[in-house]
Amino acid sequence: METSTAIHSHDPHGPHGHGGHEEHHALGFWRTYVFSTDHKMIGIQYGITGLCFLFFGFCLMMVMRWQLAYPGQALPFIGKLLANVVRNDGMNAGGVPGVMTADFYNSLGAMHGTIMVFLGIVPVAFAAFGNYVVPLQIGAPDMTFPKINMASFHSFWVGGLIMLVSFFCPTGPAKSGWTSYSPLADLADQSTNVIFNGQTLWILGMVFLITSSLLGAVNFVTTIIQLRAPGMTWMRMPFFCWVQLITAFILLLAFPPLEAASFMQLMDRVFGTSFFLPHGVTLNSHLVNVAGGGSPLLWQHLFWFLAHPEVYVLILPGLGIIAEVLTNNTRRPMWGYKAAVFAALGIGFLSFIVWAHHMYLTGMGAAVSTFFQTTTILISVPSVIILTCLLLSLWGGSIRFTVPMLFATAFLPEFGIGGLTGIPLAFNSTDLYLHDTYYIIAHFHYIVAPGTIFAIFAGVYYWYPKASGRMMNEFWGKVHFWGTMVCMNIVFFPMFLQGMAGMHRRGFDGGATYDLNKPVIHWNTTISHAAWTMGAFQLIFIFNFFWSMKFGKKVGNNPWNSTTLEWSAPSPPPHGNFLEPVAIYRGPYEYSVPGHPVDFIPQCDPQGPRTDAGAHGH
Amino acid sequence: MEIPYTVSARPDTGLYNAKIGIWLFLASEVMLFGGLFSAYVFLRIGAQPGYWPHGLLNVPVGTFNTAVLIASSVTVVLAWASLKMRQFAQYKIWMGITILCGLLFLIVKLTYEWPAKFHHFGVFIKKEALAKYEPYLGNNYLEAKGLPERVEITGDVEDEAALKDDTAKTYVFKAIDAVNAEPINPESDRPTFLPRPLVEKKVVIDKADVDYASMFYPRHSAYFSAYFLITGLHGLHVLGGLIVFTYFWLPVGANLYKRNPEHLANRIEVAGLFWHFVDLVWIFVFPLFYLL
Repeated sequence: METSTAIHSHDPHGPHGHGGHEEHHALGFWRTYVFSTDHKMIGIQYGITGLCFLFFGFCLMMVMRWQLAYPGQALPFIGKLLANVVRNDGMNAGGVPGVMTADFYNSLGAMHGTIMVFLGIVPVAFAAFGNYVVPLQIGAPDMTFPKINMASFHSFWVGGLIMLVSFFCPTGPAKSGWTSYSPLADLADQSTNVIFNGQTLWILGMVFLITSSLLGAVNFVTTIIQLRAPGMTWMRMPFFCWVQLITAFILLLAFPPLEAASFMQLMDRVFGTSFFLPHGVTLNSHLVNVAGGGSPLLWQHLFWFLAHPEVYVLILPGLGIIAEVLTNNTRRPMWGYKAAVFAALGIGFLSFIVWAHHMYLTGMGAAVSTFFQTTTILISVPSVIILTCLLLSLWGGSIRFTVPMLFATAFLPEFGIGGLTGIPLAFNSTDLYLHDTYYIIAHFHYIVAPGTIFAIFAGVYYWYPKASGRMMNEFWGKVHFWGTMVCMNIVFFPMFLQGMAGMHRRGFDGGATYDLNKPVIHWNTTISHAAWTMGAFQLIFIFNFFWSMKFGKKVGNNPWNSTTLEWSAPSPPPHGNFLEPVAIYRGPYEYSVPGHPVDFIPQCDPQGPRTDAGAHGH
Repeated sequence: MEIPYTVSARPDTGLYNAKIGIWLFLASEVMLFGGLFSAYVFLRIGAQPGYWPHGLLNVPVGTFNTAVLIASSVTVVLAWASLKMRQFAQYKIWMGITILCGLLFLIVKLTYEWPAKFHHFGVFIKKEALAKYEPYLGNNYLEAKGLPERVEITGDVEDEAALKDDTAKTYVFKAIDAVNAEPINPESDRPTFLPRPLVEKKVVIDKADVDYASMFYPRHSAYFSAYFLITGLHGLHVLGGLIVFTYFWLPVGANLYKRNPEHLANRIEVAGLFWHFVDLVWIFVFPLFYLL
């Protein structure tokens, strides 16, 4: 007890913290908040920018949901405003303000996907939490390359800005889906300005985002290899650091082929090459004047070579956050830590050889399909191992239902639904039917929305006191949780039913054209209302987030009584993180160790048993 | 606050930070060029007969550039070794030579190789009109010998500006490549090491017979698309390497050397690793585009 309190009782303004603090204050506004090289500030920059993009992407979807629920009717409240703002009469179809054109609907869909994946989830789940938490958890003073880290963030927001600017192109933003399939994407909007059009700006934005990921990934891996504090062996690393390491490797190796593909599409659009255009391709029944000889399938291969590993980039950091929150709130060690680590490594490897299960419908050939079907089924094994470890960690724990824990417990079944509904998609016989239906939408949104986004919320509520020294309001946190949880399921569950009935995912009238959708089309309004209600519940979160910065309950360094290293640093940690050199003596989750006076032993506490994770018998 | 292991190695990994960083970066670069090279393979395998040109590049010039780049890889190691032996004057010389080699490579590429391509013209003849241009294609001869058919006529046009004229009914060559001038000469069966001179000959081609026609721009064919993209990206890498080398060759390097010579040596080592990678990429580019 004495030792743990001794660690917590450091005064941030005490003699040890002096040097670090002086440096912090000397930097001035621009170097502290804008051009910061401190991993914590960069994490916060990523976090806030990413959360803004998440909300913006969600707003795009809320507008789309109006069109799906009430096709052809004018959008109330903001319809007139949007009619004036949106280019190319996108919200002024047939001269009626607030009515959406099919073109603009396509743009919204493409930009929703792009923004959510590349500008929302990856920056928050990987870059923000990774930047803020990983160096603290491994006992490092900062990232190995602080300036490159800064460059990573600045490259990120430039990419984001380009995406936003594309909304103001004469023909509107990219409209060929977030996958930018060729030849559609190659030829879209070619009639207007060769650079200042949605699809070309989409490519340029992606190049910046890819650069940003590359710089971040190099930094993460190097930091975790080189800057672990003395005693922080591989098997003493928190699970969160492991998944961040694996995620960084995936980003490092999977993104470049998409960069290559982006360059090719850029050449196709700007210099008239035909990487992705075959002989005799026609546009509006006119032969397109290109040499031909390219292949639309080539784009799909290169795109999915990134975009399938990207799915694991989206989910692995989430699993890591859940592992931290779950062990902390069950007050017991993570069940099967080592198995989970090896499973995560297995996912990292397998994620590179499953990509073509997105392409069963292209007719690649039975042999290729069979190969990718096999690997896809294989990768479900390590995923299930991790989920099982997390689920069994609940067994026999004395669970505290704090706000982060509510999100973490909800994550488990929701992610389970997302995972299990993926199995019919892995088999190409069933996938041929379900491909491009609402079933797919429901499946992957169960993974990333109540999956990763719940993990993001859990992480925000959990680490907020570390970054600010204050708690977020618990009551409003719970209101936010229950509201989001209920609405989320009303939004996505009916989509399984719509998809199984055969409703196509890209119909701009919500499927009204096709008779076969009749039995399930009434769900459209229910889903839309749930989505807008969920939007209202997010306002509570936004308010809570900013209100708590000033008025939240002040807490000490370790309000959750956690074992991992970040909680031994002051809240918020100063530049350089730790007040004195830290050393690690045990695994990351030593909760409820029998015979120990308190139910947690911090990793850096010299008193108490010295073990590796997973090496205990209780 | 100082980041540990920026200059000295961490004992258990045996590496300083930047060395791990650059290897990771190079791994990602392998995937970038890997993506491009696999696109090359994909497009080449899928190309229709005759639509993947051969022998259009200047092999001796490519060989010369390959040699220049390999030489620069040797000199950059010598520059690093000089720093390790704390001989700064020698470092300046070797690094200077490295920079000159890199510049020479780029100059050859940008002032000779690419512009020569930009003034060369090619027309792909439609399937049904191939027989009409038999004197320039020699497909009967090729078929008898079991060689793939020819569908393209290449050479210099009489008036490049006239190509933009949509009302013109014909393309007019003032000189054509030896392959088209003597299509049944066995010397034309395969690409030659030394480029054969163009043959002065006015050839008029009816636009109605043409599938697609273009200068040797990226848009000319999947082959030139890949060629310009990959060599262009490689060229940008060479330029990036040169900027870093020049930065450390200027007084910045000398100042760092005075403060901490090992730090400069590390940086040159890391930059040198990048340079070797750029060299290695060219070792793949050269056979894929010039020889195969």
